[in-house]
Amino acid sequence: MLVEIQNLRIQFRTATGVSEAVRNVSLTLGQEKLGIVGESGSGKSLTARSILRLLPSNAISTADSLTFDGIDVLRADERTLRRIRGKRAGLILQDPKFSLNPVMTAGAQIAEAWHVHRGGSRKAAEQAAIELLAQVQIRDPQRVARAYPHELSGGMGQRVMIAMMLAPDPELLIADEPTSALDATVQAEILRLIEDLVSRRGMGLILISHDLPLVSHFCDRVMVMYAGRVVEELAAAALTRARHPYTRGLLECLPALSHRQTRLPVMQRDPSWLEV
Amino acid sequence: MIEVDALSVCFGRTEAVKSVSFRVARGESFGLVGESGSGKSTVLRAVSGLNPHWTGRMSIGGELLAPRRSKAFHQRVQMVFQDPYGSLHPRQTVDRLLSEPLLVHHMDNVERRIMRALNEVALPASVRFRYPHQLSGGQRQRVAIARALMPEPHVLLLDEPTSALDVSVQAEVLNLLADLQQARGLTYVLVSHNLAVVAHVCSRIGVMQSGELVELLSADDLRAGRTHHPHTASLRELSIELEEPETARDH
Repeated sequence: MLVEIQNLRIQFRTATGVSEAVRNVSLTLGQEKLGIVGESGSGKSLTARSILRLLPSNAISTADSLTFDGIDVLRADERTLRRIRGKRAGLILQDPKFSLNPVMTAGAQIAEAWHVHRGGSRKAAEQAAIELLAQVQIRDPQRVARAYPHELSGGMGQRVMIAMMLAPDPELLIADEPTSALDATVQAEILRLIEDLVSRRGMGLILISHDLPLVSHFCDRVMVMYAGRVVEELAAAALTRARHPYTRGLLECLPALSHRQTRLPVMQRDPSWLEV
Repeated sequence: MIEVDALSVCFGRTEAVKSVSFRVARGESFGLVGESGSGKSTVLRAVSGLNPHWTGRMSIGGELLAPRRSKAFHQRVQMVFQDPYGSLHPRQTVDRLLSEPLLVHHMDNVERRIMRALNEVALPASVRFRYPHQLSGGQRQRVAIARALMPEPHVLLLDEPTSALDVSVQAEVLNLLADLQQARGLTYVLVSHNLAVVAHVCSRIGVMQSGELVELLSADDLRAGRTHHPHTASLRELSIELEEPETARDH
């Protein structure tokens, strides 16, 4: 198993007491594509980021076990973590505008990621950057390598981000809402690209999103989170047979182009969902 | 109600909007869809008066629009933006945010109007003295809608009003917009890249591509696939493909 989490809890100390952001979440991940779906504040990002121990400094996380390829992440020192973060597990965030360095060209950033994790000459790193840009299906990699982030569109920026994450040849890719800032056409292209690269390289993928039908197209398995808990876990192909009212609610409250509804069903939240 | 004829907008030498024309009847909802950079938001910003550098002819309620708008125009036409974090002043309470448009337009009964507005967008009276950061994203967008309604406008311009919200909150806000339209007889122009959202709210839709309005069609025609332009067809196909959950793996 690549990732194994048993009973993860993440808490935040606030002025009025302790707030529980993630409660008793367990998951195992191998060479597969897992989607984590839920609303803002459901704990989906915290759960995924805890694998890299990238949590806000005021977060308190505990777990019976939290391992990445057998390494105890909770007790690992910073040196060990640095060999996981970016190198063996890459993280793609929502908006490339904020995750790319605005004063470095795209090519230089990818070359830097290559050089830091794999060493070798500057020249070899630059060559590798161009090859990676070609791998993320950029038609003119030479030109894009010379471009600064502000000269790139959102979709192009996200491709550069993916190329940078692939540089050290990681085993796991965590994509946290990678396409929420993009429009529908580009969104589909980027998700297809991620799915394709992950499958071909035999990597594990955690795809975090609030769009349940969308995620089901690009994952094998979907985990649905509500208020810090996993309420349902099912095969992506079995989504239409989801049982939990929250999962059903997430599916039904979307307006559909294929059929007309006069009013959208509104989620009726049941306090019993918190007792799972 | 709204007439736009041969509207063009240039940024330097780039033509962002190329001779766009459409009409919206009173009480109707008109939607503009397209990808990023297609010019749909630029059209909305020209109509709202946020961008005075345009050419063509626009009128609202029979009154010809000049690049600079009067105060009366802003009472009749209001706008709601995508990101309620960015559009509400972070150091003003909800009470202040809602009363400011009333002061600007010299309207009376401030107390009664604020309570009515909160009630209308289904916010509890307790949020009245809170700051935007103390509210959830959905509550914040409700405040932004309430604020736009304060001067009692006839036209609401909506720029991606739900794309920053969770799907469950999006459903609530879309229902709210439908209720408000019915109660107040508002005219909507909605801009979004989400075809399902636009078809849900609007009866007529304009499809934009690289600054041009390539097709005008009804929501029913869009649903049924009675499209004429290939761009409309490809947007529709993708939207339908992705909105259905995966049932059987095709690879």
